[in-house]
Amino acid sequence: MNKELKASAPTDSEIVLGILNNSEIVLKKLYTTYFPMVLQLIINNNGNEDDAKDIYQEAIIVLYNKVKSGQFELSSKLKTYIYSVCRRLWLKRLSQLNRYGGDIRDFEEYLPVDDEIDNHSERDIQFDKMENALQLLGEPCKTIMEDFYIHNRSMQDICERFGYTNADNAKTQKYKCLQRLKKLFFQQ
Amino acid sequence: MPAKAEKAVFSAIIRSEKEMSDNQLTELIERYLNDEMSHDERIQFELLRKNDAAVDSRVTEHKQFIGLLKQYGERLELQKRLDAIHNEIDVHALKEEVTIHPAWIVQLWRHHHSKISVAASIAIFAILSTLFFTGKLNSHDSRFVELRDEVNRIKVSNDQLKKTVNTSLIVAKPSKPKPSNPGNFRGTGFALSSNGYIVTNYHVIKDADSVYVQNAMGESFHSKVIYTEPQNDIAILEINDSTFKNLGAVPYNFKKSSSDLGENVFTFGYPGGEVVFGQGTLASANGYQGDTTEYQVSVPVNPGNSGGPLLDDKGNVIGIINGKQTQVAGAAFAVKSSYLLKAIQNIPSDSLSKALILNSKNTLAGLSRPQQLKKLKNYVFMVKVYNQ
Repeated sequence: MNKELKASAPTDSEIVLGILNNSEIVLKKLYTTYFPMVLQLIINNNGNEDDAKDIYQEAIIVLYNKVKSGQFELSSKLKTYIYSVCRRLWLKRLSQLNRYGGDIRDFEEYLPVDDEIDNHSERDIQFDKMENALQLLGEPCKTIMEDFYIHNRSMQDICERFGYTNADNAKTQKYKCLQRLKKLFFQQ
Repeated sequence: MPAKAEKAVFSAIIRSEKEMSDNQLTELIERYLNDEMSHDERIQFELLRKNDAAVDSRVTEHKQFIGLLKQYGERLELQKRLDAIHNEIDVHALKEEVTIHPAWIVQLWRHHHSKISVAASIAIFAILSTLFFTGKLNSHDSRFVELRDEVNRIKVSNDQLKKTVNTSLIVAKPSKPKPSNPGNFRGTGFALSSNGYIVTNYHVIKDADSVYVQNAMGESFHSKVIYTEPQNDIAILEINDSTFKNLGAVPYNFKKSSSDLGENVFTFGYPGGEVVFGQGTLASANGYQGDTTEYQVSVPVNPGNSGGPLLDDKGNVIGIINGKQTQVAGAAFAVKSSYLLKAIQNIPSDSLSKALILNSKNTLAGLSRPQQLKKLKNYVFMVKVYNQ
């Protein structure tokens, strides 16, 4: 039943190195290599292609963060690792949706990956909070925050963009915004 | 000296901190974290941090918060990249490829199960109702027919109704059903003893309201079922009619042992209301589907023959005709006489108002067939069954 998933798969160490070097090509290769496997898992276990996309991207992010943080050791095949993470994530999702029937049709071997999922979902909760806080913050604060802290733009740029007459005004505004953002974030 | 200098710096900072607005502190922290401070400033700030827990926690908190904000930004960025890659994949084609397609019959069921269910229910209902109305459900096997004769029931019961209404209106006198009344079912029975015990098949008299037996002269006698053995299809009747006179010694006897294959056998009964003789041979020691309580015989029999005697050449009763197989020509079945003898022994003694003594003397042996039949005729009865 398990169909051969074809594609010239990059080697596992190639991928790890590529992620560390921010290589767009490697990321793309990684993504396209293992997506069919995950799609197969999800589609044949009560999911649709959108679920597959969500779950797979989450797994890629887990892998990505783990590699970036330097904690990733190639103790198993990357394929097995991704499959295991997706499987775990999908089981979790299924039970949240009350669609879990008690068994899952497997296509690959898998490992226990509970710890990584737990870390990942904690971080996800933080990100959700941050997203909400930014939404509540409103404009122009949101853009100022994003430009300055996320996109690392200079205060000079921001001044010009928002038409502040002097840098001090902009600075004051920035700190006010940050204050409010923190407040909104911690209130949740 | 160094201690004094330190003190001076420290107090200066304390002072400055008090005057410092929140924004200024944040700016300081940012500059500190971004490594934008001069060497002196840095030393000062680190001192302040060491000595003031509030400032220290502000630094940690700010560092974490900005870190989270940056990570959040990176996550959004990564997500965007992944989405871009995802959009280049032909998900639809892949989906077709990886989906496990169940067998076509399963698919058919999934797509059309409601329609199929309805159709199946209707079909089952139709079959069941057809079977019910044609009476097929009542018979355990359509290839086996019991040979009682069903008389046109509705017509008869209508006639009967009319007659009883007429007689009760015009002649206010209860009358017995006339001997000519054929009854609802007919079968055959034969005498066990001279004092009016008769054996027939259980299926002939089952559900009967009343049972009459009619002899070859056309005289009817009311009878009572005194014992039945449905498993062997045997019923014993007793004539309890005041007009009944002793039959005289029964000319045949009952064979205790089994008969051999190929033996010439004959029967005598009332299929279709007329007395009919049938002859053949014993074909098998086992009956329908290997039933060891019966013989299979190649004797032509018809509805109405049920309950008739099966005799061998010498005039021994070896069985009771009870059925035939519909899809095989000339295969009829008869209950073995040994089971009849067992049934007679099993009759509770309080059911017998008179002694039931079986004849042991065979007066048919050695006679020609027509003479045998002439004698036999008086001991074989048409059994007429009335029910609602």
